[in-house]
Amino acid sequence: MKLDKNGKIIPGHVHYAKWGYIFLIPFMVAFLLFSFIPLFQTLHYSWYTYYEDQLDTVGPTWAGFSNYVYLFQQSTPRTFYFFGIRLGTMTISDLGYYTLNTMLIWVMGFIPQIIVSLLLAVLFTDVRLKLRFQGFFKTVYYMPNLIMAAAFGMLFQMIFARSGPVSSVLLSWGWISEPLEVSSSTWQTRLIISFLDFVMWFGNTTLLLMAGVMGIDQSIFESATLDGASSITVFRKITMPLLKPIFVYVFITSMIGGIQLFDVAQIFTSTSGGPQSSAYTLMMYLYSLIADKKNYGQAGALSMLMFLVTAVLSFTVYKTMHPKYNAEKDTIKCRKRRWKEYAGCPDTIAEMALARPTGPVSHEEEGR
Amino acid sequence: MKKSMLALSVITVASLLSLAGCGNSTSSAPEGKVINIECWNNEFQQRFEAFYPDFDKTVTEGGTSYDLLKDGTRVNFLITANDNNGYQTKLDADLKAQGDAAADDKVDMFLIEADYATKYTASSYSLDVKADVGLSDSDVSNMYQYTKDICTVDGKLKAVSWQATPGLYAYRRDLAKEVLGSDDPVTVQAALSDWDKFNAVAAQAKAKGVFMLSGYDDAYRVYSNNMAKPWVDSNKVVHLDDQIKSWIKATKDYTDKKYNDGTSLWDAQWQKNQGPKGDKVFGYFYSTWGINFTLAGNADPDKLGNVSDVTKSLYGDYAVCQGPASWYWGGSWLCGAKGSDNIGKVKDIMQKMTCNQEIADKITRKTQDYTNNIPAMNAIAADKTYGSDFLGGQNHIALFKESAAKIDMKNACAYDQGCNEQMQGAMKDFFNGTTATLADAIAAFKTKLNAKYTGLTYDSSFDNVTL
Repeated sequence: MKLDKNGKIIPGHVHYAKWGYIFLIPFMVAFLLFSFIPLFQTLHYSWYTYYEDQLDTVGPTWAGFSNYVYLFQQSTPRTFYFFGIRLGTMTISDLGYYTLNTMLIWVMGFIPQIIVSLLLAVLFTDVRLKLRFQGFFKTVYYMPNLIMAAAFGMLFQMIFARSGPVSSVLLSWGWISEPLEVSSSTWQTRLIISFLDFVMWFGNTTLLLMAGVMGIDQSIFESATLDGASSITVFRKITMPLLKPIFVYVFITSMIGGIQLFDVAQIFTSTSGGPQSSAYTLMMYLYSLIADKKNYGQAGALSMLMFLVTAVLSFTVYKTMHPKYNAEKDTIKCRKRRWKEYAGCPDTIAEMALARPTGPVSHEEEGR
Repeated sequence: MKKSMLALSVITVASLLSLAGCGNSTSSAPEGKVINIECWNNEFQQRFEAFYPDFDKTVTEGGTSYDLLKDGTRVNFLITANDNNGYQTKLDADLKAQGDAAADDKVDMFLIEADYATKYTASSYSLDVKADVGLSDSDVSNMYQYTKDICTVDGKLKAVSWQATPGLYAYRRDLAKEVLGSDDPVTVQAALSDWDKFNAVAAQAKAKGVFMLSGYDDAYRVYSNNMAKPWVDSNKVVHLDDQIKSWIKATKDYTDKKYNDGTSLWDAQWQKNQGPKGDKVFGYFYSTWGINFTLAGNADPDKLGNVSDVTKSLYGDYAVCQGPASWYWGGSWLCGAKGSDNIGKVKDIMQKMTCNQEIADKITRKTQDYTNNIPAMNAIAADKTYGSDFLGGQNHIALFKESAAKIDMKNACAYDQGCNEQMQGAMKDFFNGTTATLADAIAAFKTKLNAKYTGLTYDSSFDNVTL
């Protein structure tokens, strides 16, 4: 806001920017208090010996990196299985093993999740299909996400129990000869948790991807169809490239969620981590350090490591899947190609649209 | 001069007043109107509501309920489940906040279990039952000595219990008839009196399609509570006792021969097997509370009472015998919390619930629990007319009496809960074959224990363990 000599507002000089900052205050206060300061406190305590010994508190005393060293030093012999086939025994660092568990469970849940969600998103948004009862299906797919993860874990524990419904149905069909014993199979335990993760999150992912697909200009789909592109080509050359920003977002948020997998695994395995700790995730380890061991130093160190891993992974995924677009280079490349093949290239149109918010290749350029 | 005289007199009066204040606070300090009792299940609450003479009624207000005493004092039972250390986490936080808590929010009493009793009795958060709470030597004279020994620290008694927890073997009468031809406790005991005989009966049971034990952990306490040394010594060195090794050996053998049903303690199948709809299991090692609190509930899930059909309810179809070894399991103790504003009431509750022979007698007759009062138990044991409905009329108190006299808890330590749980968890993978070797399973036990406690080391008993 600018005032003239008489203290009156000069027209056209009212600044609304300050309101932006004022509206940001509640978030910033909450962020500083509950995220930023605790983050540094965690970092701080990760350098200290600080824990509860029964009812006494030990520390905090300066310990340098000894908490980190401790976490990396712990190792246990584990027997490895591949879908029930014993591969052998190897002594592996505990931290590495828990990371492996976490990532395996996430990957086994994410792959079907992204496939199903993409398929559903494309089907739901296809103008020519005009699927009916979309609202109903969207709600139903989203529904599992509304149920508490802990309740879901408990439900599945009962469903897959030895005398539970799944076991008795499979027995009566003759598919298995012995009752299911999930609690003694590392792969069954991991698969069920992955499946739970899939069921809980595919609805959410579908909605996100749908929003992404609907954000794509319909005329691009139309022109591609007019040019005779098949649905698969349209999906590969138009939908996927233009969906990339949303896709990368889904990928990264799902990965962060995967690294933080806790409640389903904790409840499903009754806090034990399952057979041979095969479903013992990094978060469960952290929980044990903070809630049972009450070792704030070690828990802090593990938190910092998880923070680092999450940051590095997210950055890498973002960089590899979303490289910086170099418009000039790409245009030259396209022209060269077009000169040779003398045909329009739909992926270029899509990439152009992505890079230039003003729209596809301008007519001037086209004329040259 | 005048001024200094005045000052002197003021100081004198003030100090006299403060002294008087001191005297008052120990004898008749005003008692708070709210008593908070922390525990992990409603076992003590049920006893309290049924047998505490001053209990008036339970009031339910907007979803929460509390008890009222006859003088209008409110009693809150703050129950936090034991799972995953939940109870201790909550209790620790509340005890540490005791100084800052408002009078009505202060913890007045809390309950502790055998597996971690010493953690609290060794701390300053629990009151001296005699010096601070005010029970006399004669009050506690009828209690089983072991219930006092485990909670005595530096000569101070820090907690008292209303129960003693000798262990027995509870077997199904119908299966005993099938396997041994008789359900008479004397005959069955003769067939199970040592581990060799017990194993022989297990083989016989297997031939009839009956599991001797439900799961891996069923016999655990029979071994673990007879250990020669505590799990963890005062230097925080963990020791693997021969009793635990014997348990591992026996259980691996039972699992390989399919003498057990492969369940784990407290899991759904384990509980189901105790009732009419589970797999056939010959019997369970249980102590006092386990029989009247857990087994009785699981045996009759539909609350049908004593019916003749064993596929509907097993109420009345169990009996107890002493089994192959003498042992104990668990037990709950009452502690007065430091900082309580209801010491008088705490004293009265302790006195009535744990020291009173008449009430002890009533509790046992009504609930079949084994109470911590030697004369009362001796009287019931000798009472020919007494019998438990649940156990088909058997006087189990007489058997418990024999066993209770032998209990020795000198090896209890503050790490027992963690060690026992993690040992059972790690060995489950070994028994069912998920973990390849015993050495790997023992390594896994150390890893699991290291995730629960800081600074433990392991002695040579963990090296080269073989079966």
